Amino acid sequence: MKSLEELKRIKEQTLKEMDLRQAKERGKVIVAMGTCGIAAGAKDALMAIIEELEKADIHDVKVVQSGCMGLCDKEPTVEVAMKDQPAVIYGDVNDANARRIVREHVQGGNVVADLVIKRENI
Amino acid sequence: MIRNQLLVCAGGACITSGEKSVKDVLVDELKKNGIEDEVQVIETGCMGACDLGPIVVVYPEGTFYQKVTAENAGLIVNEHLVKGRTVDGLLYTEPTSERKAQTSGDIPFYTRQVKRVLRNCGVIDPLSIEEYIARDGYFALGKALEMTPDDIIQVLVDSGLRGRGGAGFPTGRKWKATREAKGSPKYVVCNGDEGDPGAFMDRSVLEGDPHSIVEAMAIAGYAIGAEQGYMYVRAEYPLAIERFEYAIGKAREYGFLGRNILGAGFNFDIEIRIGAGAFVCGEETALLRSIEGKRGTPSVKPPFPAQSGLWNKPTLINNVETYANIPQIITNGAEWFRSVGTLKNPGTKVFALVGKVQNTGLVEVPMGTTLRELVFDIGGGIPGGKKFKAAQTGGPSGGVITADYLDMPIDFDSVKEIGTIMGSGGLVVLDEDNCMVDIAKFYLGFTVDESCGKCTPCREGTRQMYQMMERICDGKGRDGDIERLNKLANMIEDTSLCGLGQSAPNPVLSTIRFYEDEYRAHIYEKKCPSHVCKHLLTYSVTPDKCVGCTACARQCPVHAITGEVKKIHVIDQSKCTKCGSCYEICRFSAIRKE
Repeated sequence: MKSLEELKRIKEQTLKEMDLRQAKERGKVIVAMGTCGIAAGAKDALMAIIEELEKADIHDVKVVQSGCMGLCDKEPTVEVAMKDQPAVIYGDVNDANARRIVREHVQGGNVVADLVIKRENI
Repeated sequence: MIRNQLLVCAGGACITSGEKSVKDVLVDELKKNGIEDEVQVIETGCMGACDLGPIVVVYPEGTFYQKVTAENAGLIVNEHLVKGRTVDGLLYTEPTSERKAQTSGDIPFYTRQVKRVLRNCGVIDPLSIEEYIARDGYFALGKALEMTPDDIIQVLVDSGLRGRGGAGFPTGRKWKATREAKGSPKYVVCNGDEGDPGAFMDRSVLEGDPHSIVEAMAIAGYAIGAEQGYMYVRAEYPLAIERFEYAIGKAREYGFLGRNILGAGFNFDIEIRIGAGAFVCGEETALLRSIEGKRGTPSVKPPFPAQSGLWNKPTLINNVETYANIPQIITNGAEWFRSVGTLKNPGTKVFALVGKVQNTGLVEVPMGTTLRELVFDIGGGIPGGKKFKAAQTGGPSGGVITADYLDMPIDFDSVKEIGTIMGSGGLVVLDEDNCMVDIAKFYLGFTVDESCGKCTPCREGTRQMYQMMERICDGKGRDGDIERLNKLANMIEDTSLCGLGQSAPNPVLSTIRFYEDEYRAHIYEKKCPSHVCKHLLTYSVTPDKCVGCTACARQCPVHAITGEVKKIHVIDQSKCTKCGSCYEICRFSAIRKE
């Protein structure tokens, strides 16, 4: 270590690894991980979402798991709850759909209409 | 790809309550479920809520699991991480509202604290220098090396930081004096010889955030013109030693210690010196002798260590918590430091909150916080609905803060006015069941054992005082004992060389000042109002409550209780050893203790 630049580089890199521990204010993505969800591939959706957020350099959105939401038929289900916006529940979220949700909804701000199964206040 | 991080508190208290096996179970269960690559387990320093340990926090949710055992740790993996279901049974229940707290942000113990010194404790992996850097670590050193030593010292002077070891001497002035002192080489020393019974602030910082001390000592070296630092820490702190040693190694590897640090042409290194745990070695001149390899006894001041310290060279010596403040002051400036605390006592103070209080542990609050906030808001009050009596501060060198002063802002100056000291931050809460004479005797006994023996008033005087205290507690107190204690105490204070002797009578003086009636009850009425002093107790049977169940008679180890089935029992006072076992066993509250 011979310079402050190098120090900054380590800081940036490690901050990414510690990212899960930071307060995330902008919103959260909830993946239903009930038995039905897991059987339908919720784990893949979860990992795809985390990967896609990382790729898009989004660090202010929390990815959390919940139990079964009750819509076993539409599993895997994922809820996107961005701050100051009505929460949206998506169904049949496979790997590719999960990535679309991150790109279009979380990143782009547009609800992925064809995957929606429920919108809050509608 | 990591989706969750499990932070497991590996502070001293959590380790003793089984943290290692909890961690092993977590790692095992993750493997069993095949998610060991997705979920990371990280051991951190002390999270503070020691009575809730072992603690596991699941991120990104921040779910705070408490009192986790090897038996139920698997639930966190199998329920929370695999199925996404919070394990309700392991959440903390807020006692007043009976609500389950999801995160530490829902627990009053945490929300009322201001974490500066402890900002990394329980948040980062103390063995990871990268995580320390990610939290702005070593940037203060980088900034300092671009400043002049005089500018650094000026920032410290402006910040108003006072020594956290107990005396509250202005840190900036100490640095200035050491910088200006003639002589070379100069040395930087960290006093990690935390010795007060019940105090563990410095240990927790060394265990939870060791790099902050390495960084601060390097800054100190640059500011005063020293190339060598010594960390003096007691052998009773093996984990602190282990983690600090590891931190030094990593800092060398990264070039924060060694030659030409950050290309600024500054050389500095640190060595650890392990003390054998003598209380007197917390006194700075005794500590310096111990580092030199000599017997740890204090010497006359002046000359102060700033002029003539290690090997008679100018030496800067500060306490762990003081150093822990330095990097943040350099990074954020003096004004930032003054933004909490009081005018003459800026910043925060870490307390080890122990004794008769619901939430024991490590708490950091702004200077000037009241005892009421500490004990009732953060500490959650006294268990069992008992009445608060006093708080003991400053360990064997301090005294008590009584219920009358619950709303007094606590800082270095205010506590001195009522005859105690801030000390390093031990705060023992006492309730109505504590006998103040007995408490004073306990602390005095500690200094009797720990007196180094160099000065007669301390060596013999404290022993004489102790014998008097013993006599009083044994019911053999004589008229004039209070006056004799006062006289001897003042003499010891006036004629001892170092802080240990000068402050040794404090627990007695302070309790006489506020609880003279308790002393009088012991001496003149041969009664202990709190029913603690064994020799002053009488156990007897209340006839109208006794049903003659014979439980006490069977329990009594000396057969002092006689009576037949369904007849009132009687205790033979000449045989009774006052062990209290009849009192414990009676289900009808028929045994009276007075």
